[in-house]
Amino acid sequence: MATSSVPAVRTSRARWWREVGWRHVVGAAALLFALFPIVYVLSASVSVRGTLSAANSLFGTFTLDQYVSLLHDPLHPYVDWFVNTVVIASVTAVGTVLLGAAAAYAFSRFRFRGRRGGLLSLLLIQMFPQLLAYVAIFLLLIALENVFPILGRDSQVGLIMVYLGGALGVNTYLMYGFFNTIPRELDEAAMIDGASHAQIFFGMILRLTAPILAVVGLLSFIASFNDYVLASVLLNSPSKQTLAVGLYAFVSRQFAQNWGVFAAGAVLAAIPIVLLFQFLQRYIVSGLTAGSVKG
Amino acid sequence: MTTSTAVPPAPPAPPTTPTETSRRPRPESHARGALTMGYVAKLLLVALVDALGVYGIFAGSAHESWGIVGFLAFALLLVNLVYFVPSRRLIPAKYLVPGLLFLLVYQVFVVMYTGYTAFTNWGDGHNSTQSDAVTAILSQNERRVDGSPSYGLSVVEKGTTLGFAVVAPGKTPQVGTAASPLTDVPGATVANGVVTALPGYSVLDFSSIVQRQQEITNLRVPVSANPNDGSIRTTDGSVGYLYRSTYSYDAATGILTGPEGTYRADEKVGNFVDAKGQKIEPGWKVAVGFKNFTDVLTDSSLRGPFVSVLIWTFAFAILSVLLSFGLGLFLAITLNHPRVRGQRLYRSLLILPYAMPAFLSAVVWAGMFNQTFGFINTVLLRGASVPWLNDPWLAKGAVLLVNLWLGFPYMFLVCTGALQSIPADAIEAAKIDGASGPRIFRSITLPLLLVSTAPLLISSFAFNFNNFNIIYLLTQGGPRDLTAGVNVGSTDILISFVYKLAFQGVNRQYGLACAISILIFLIVASISAATFRRTRALEELN
Repeated sequence: MATSSVPAVRTSRARWWREVGWRHVVGAAALLFALFPIVYVLSASVSVRGTLSAANSLFGTFTLDQYVSLLHDPLHPYVDWFVNTVVIASVTAVGTVLLGAAAAYAFSRFRFRGRRGGLLSLLLIQMFPQLLAYVAIFLLLIALENVFPILGRDSQVGLIMVYLGGALGVNTYLMYGFFNTIPRELDEAAMIDGASHAQIFFGMILRLTAPILAVVGLLSFIASFNDYVLASVLLNSPSKQTLAVGLYAFVSRQFAQNWGVFAAGAVLAAIPIVLLFQFLQRYIVSGLTAGSVKG
Repeated sequence: MTTSTAVPPAPPAPPTTPTETSRRPRPESHARGALTMGYVAKLLLVALVDALGVYGIFAGSAHESWGIVGFLAFALLLVNLVYFVPSRRLIPAKYLVPGLLFLLVYQVFVVMYTGYTAFTNWGDGHNSTQSDAVTAILSQNERRVDGSPSYGLSVVEKGTTLGFAVVAPGKTPQVGTAASPLTDVPGATVANGVVTALPGYSVLDFSSIVQRQQEITNLRVPVSANPNDGSIRTTDGSVGYLYRSTYSYDAATGILTGPEGTYRADEKVGNFVDAKGQKIEPGWKVAVGFKNFTDVLTDSSLRGPFVSVLIWTFAFAILSVLLSFGLGLFLAITLNHPRVRGQRLYRSLLILPYAMPAFLSAVVWAGMFNQTFGFINTVLLRGASVPWLNDPWLAKGAVLLVNLWLGFPYMFLVCTGALQSIPADAIEAAKIDGASGPRIFRSITLPLLLVSTAPLLISSFAFNFNNFNIIYLLTQGGPRDLTAGVNVGSTDILISFVYKLAFQGVNRQYGLACAISILIFLIVASISAATFRRTRALEELN
């Protein structure tokens, strides 16, 4: 006969497993699935031979050669790509936030003819993704090139303008929902104090809605960071390209051979985005769900 | 806009912002009042826009781009009107105009242009106008005219454009380039029957001619604006010969005559066609009505691929949403338990696949799935040779798996947030009523969860429906279906199919690609519209 304490310990441990323990098993499995490709690409970026097959011995060898050759090969100007991408994505993000917030302010705070129709058409036209219209965009830029060369093909300014064309739309909608939650009485109080609509917008509304502005900015930053189609159609010279276009062209030229250098490039490119995500994590969750519930 | 009628507590200086001005009887108060920072900023910005716009109108007129000139004139008027006419009714416009201008150029115009192109036969072989097609046909069939005189020729350069300066016996020297026909040049210096110096041009010496031989032998300089007159070409850079086409074109009757018969312009198909229906390439761009749309369903080489791509697009989008939502929800329910420690750590690590730039993830997975060297075959399966990306069905599975990896963290985040906002007392009440765990989940948690996540599921569906990156960067739509008449693979979704039609291969078909783009738009828009109505999102508009 066992003593009475043993089954008690056993049952409490069994209960822990039934209530909590298995959850950690599931969580660990999910982590394995989520992190495995990231660990793999990290190890590939420090493998000595830098080929696809050499990447399979996870952290079997260690060197920084891949990073060195990534940053020093004139044939693939990685630093240029990186700077281009960050500049294009940042300018687009700031522009999107400003244009979208201004429109959301107008829709949320003023009553004017065509307001409802305007909101609905924004929603509708946004269903036509720019991606589908790249043929037309390409031709538009050829036409613009004659008048404003800087807005034409192979120009980053031209690409930013194209991205900004999508600034109104879903973003405006997300911000519109959030702006509506800021009580109108605040505007009225400010107005009585003599503030103009511009002072209310720049001085008050933009500050109170910072969380949604951060989310929209981040989403826009990521969208242009990730864009492959428009950037590859519009940017041709290697030194003007973005990471998505340049790195993909580089790795697909000699897939197995260039693997280590590509992995190094991928790790460096992912760092800023991952940091942004961790930094803004709180806002992202609340912004996404708030936007969805409010419509 | 709700404005208070209360007068501001009498500031000595008149207010200078537009709202305030608009209430005053004398709108020119900016001139008298103190210039505020905001007003100066506005003035500078509008001045910049005006300067660019006026420059654009001049440059556009010089290039005869009347569409651009017209739009710029409209935009300039609009901007100056909205920002300087003091009227309360224009205040919302001040906030809408900047975004709207971008929207008009880069979205509305582009969508309309896509719509227009969908009704044309534009593509390789039908790129331009009829007269361009005539020029192309005539110049492609040029032969040296037997017994024609030879011209003393020198190769000249203006900027980076090459041209020929020719001297016919007893005539004024002439100069021309590929784009501009020969014209007389009086100021040329001629020695030994060739031009040796020409104002505004540099004459290439022998070594430069040798260096750029290829370019020079390919150059043809038209004799006149009429393509029937032929062109001057050279083989050695010093003697030019007259080349004439074996075809000739009569602009008055619109008939093209060639060595094998006569051809009439057929405006329905955009080609020159002879009596037997034989076409000559290239043709030109014409409107073809709904042909591109009906071709998708009736052309036998197109219908099969289109239908299978359409089915796979739906399957891919729906399965991607369901799988990632399922896994995300399962993880959220599992980990969102008061006694589970380290929830924040789990969350910051599980967010990583979502945070990784998707174009990188797709390529990394493509490497891991590689048949001969990839990690999955060599290490996980110990040297197996499974054709992950080369078998039609395995490739579909691989694409779904990668998209699950990319998508589940987002769903996990959203579900965790939604779960935490479900009121605890509803679940408590159900427990007291004796409901079992699964029953609570089915009747309370899931319905409440779906209310808040449904719009996100819809937009996730719309996103995946057009998820070009994952398909193109992972498999490029492959493995290619070699039995199909067009370039299509078994993981191609509609948008990657369109991309290949428009930009890849030898026979690019913009018109057809635009028609399918319109179809995609209609599908996504109607599905979203139907579900938006259900989720009541639109009711909050007022």
